[in-house]
Amino acid sequence: MFDLFKIAIRNLLRYRRRTLLTVSLVSIGVVSVLVFVSASGSFKNMMIGQITDSFLGHIQIHKKGYVASIDSLPLTLNLGSNTLEKVEKAINEIPDIEAYSKRIKFGGMFSNFVETTNVRLNGVYPEDEARTVPLLLSRVREGERTIRTGEILVPELLAKGMKVKVGDTVVVIATNRDGSVNGKQFQVGGILESATGPGGRDGYIHIDDAAEILRMDTTQISEIAIRLKDFDKLHEVFDRLKDKLSNEVNKQGGPAFEVHMWEKLSPFYNIARMIDIMTFFVKLMLIAIVLISIMNVMVMAVYERIREIGTIAAIGTLPGKILAMFLIEGFSLGFFGAVVGNVLGVATISILSMAKLTFNFGRQKGLLLSPGINIQDILLISIMVITISVLASLQPAYKASKMNPIDALRHV
Amino acid sequence: MNLITAHDLSKTYLKGETKVEALKGLNFEIEPASFVSFVGPSGSGKTTLLNLIGCLDKPTSGILRVDDTDVSGLDTRMAAAFRGKKIGFIFQDFNLIPVLTVYENVGYPLVLVQNTPSSERKQRILALLDAVGMAEQKDKYPDQISGGQKQRVAVARALVTKPKLVLADEPTANLDHKTAYMVINIMKKMKSELGTTFIFSTHDQKIVGEAEIIYTLEDGELAGREV
Ligand SMILES: Nc1ncnc2c1ncn2[C@@H]1O[C@H](COP(=O)(O)OP(=O)(O)OP(=O)(O)O)[C@@H](O)[C@H]1O
Ligand SMILES: [Mg+2]
Repeated sequence: MFDLFKIAIRNLLRYRRRTLLTVSLVSIGVVSVLVFVSASGSFKNMMIGQITDSFLGHIQIHKKGYVASIDSLPLTLNLGSNTLEKVEKAINEIPDIEAYSKRIKFGGMFSNFVETTNVRLNGVYPEDEARTVPLLLSRVREGERTIRTGEILVPELLAKGMKVKVGDTVVVIATNRDGSVNGKQFQVGGILESATGPGGRDGYIHIDDAAEILRMDTTQISEIAIRLKDFDKLHEVFDRLKDKLSNEVNKQGGPAFEVHMWEKLSPFYNIARMIDIMTFFVKLMLIAIVLISIMNVMVMAVYERIREIGTIAAIGTLPGKILAMFLIEGFSLGFFGAVVGNVLGVATISILSMAKLTFNFGRQKGLLLSPGINIQDILLISIMVITISVLASLQPAYKASKMNPIDALRHV
Repeated sequence: MNLITAHDLSKTYLKGETKVEALKGLNFEIEPASFVSFVGPSGSGKTTLLNLIGCLDKPTSGILRVDDTDVSGLDTRMAAAFRGKKIGFIFQDFNLIPVLTVYENVGYPLVLVQNTPSSERKQRILALLDAVGMAEQKDKYPDQISGGQKQRVAVARALVTKPKLVLADEPTANLDHKTAYMVINIMKKMKSELGTTFIFSTHDQKIVGEAEIIYTLEDGELAGREV
């Protein structure tokens, strides 16, 4: 016939305007959170993707101590041939790794025969590098999207300052680890758009050319960048890799390698963290909105119905049922708020995503914001809203259940 | 066997420092299937007494047995359960639940107090609505019916759980004479049909005449018993 839910719903409909207002407030909160979570999440993922896919990779391995002195690009801290073998063996044993790229990094002089300036260069295996940082070659603005021996990809600011174009001949001069100086002529193969962050303005040459300038062989590697099949497994793969490499010790008995996630290598990790913290506070605000609005309504609902509570208590309704009656009312408010909010939120996100909003990140312009929301987020926010609604009703509902029927019946 | 036994029943309210002796050592017995009225001037203790019998309040001293239970020993929860099982209530202001229809109001105690199987519910509710002459209005809400009709619905609600005892504190105070008589007579009819004991309090001398046993309260003491 009818039950507690029916009574709760009818009581909510009895104060239609107030119920509508509360449900709207809760849904507006839910919509705001969903839109914020999806937009900021999309921005964050895009940002991380730009950084890791343009040059950084997801994980990097160096000889112990390299990252601390990365600004001077030391050639004395390379991975030698037998250590390299061990690292590659470890990498190959982890199926979650999509690709890895060995790099020789060094600093040198860049000359167009008129002027000379500093340059930071990466010597890479072109295919490996392209698979590890797939956005790298898309940054080539002029020229062909390849790295051939004898050719150099020049970062755009350097190209502009030195007035070099694709096809020009330039000279790269570098000091090798023994202190002797060597130079090599290159043809400019392409102009490379800058990417945001350290390493985003490096030039690229073939690893064989790098070895030639530095007078060493290609078994001397400064850095190994790793790309995962699934970015969400970052920590898992990182732990496995670290574990596998931890057996290797250097002559001093310390660890021979250092393994870093992208987070430790880019200051943009802090922005990503910032976004997480902001998301947390936005959620906290939603909790506050739900808590205050539902509690307010439920306190009023109990106050208005004191005589009714007295009546049902007098005729023998047990306190637990009275408690449940009001909790269900609060639950229903939260439930409808969550449902309406989710529907409107998903609609808003779809509209935003269809609107193809773009944003600029660093020097990257016109990145497409593709806000999406996954079912976990929707469920989590719904459960949160409904739980808070029930908790907010707890105090008024408890008060109702503990009312003395005589006092309640006398209430005017 | 008496349905209600009161022995030296007293109730004292504490109002700050001052004590108000609302009931002063009452002794009486009420048999099953009685139609009893308590009368007396305002402040004589009628409501206080009905609250004690209805297990809504506890005596300060003395013995009160209702249906063989010493009701002064019941805690809040047990008292609620006892009321739900044994006692029906009719209020001066009708106190129907506004969001429920007439039919649902009568059914309320069966669903939310007693958990009666639904097959049995319908038949009981309809029979009682018929008996109080409210069957035609069963789908109306309380604000769509008159005061007398509301009180007839309240009588049906009080009886739907088949209680041994129905308590009514000034059930006709908000009704005109004609309607008051009608409601009292419906109560009387139900008493004869179901054997339920009705106890009501009233100011109204004419209505009192309808009772089979009349107790007069004066200043918290029993001043007379008429049959
Ligand atoms: N909660 C209370 N606290 C203090 N005193 C009370 C309380 N309830 C009733 N009294 C007092 O107890 C006495 C009896 O009150 P009661 O309400 O039982 O009288 P009544 O016969 O029902 O009166 P009425 O005809 O006006 O309803 C009165 O003096 C009243 O002031
Ligand atoms: Mg009274």
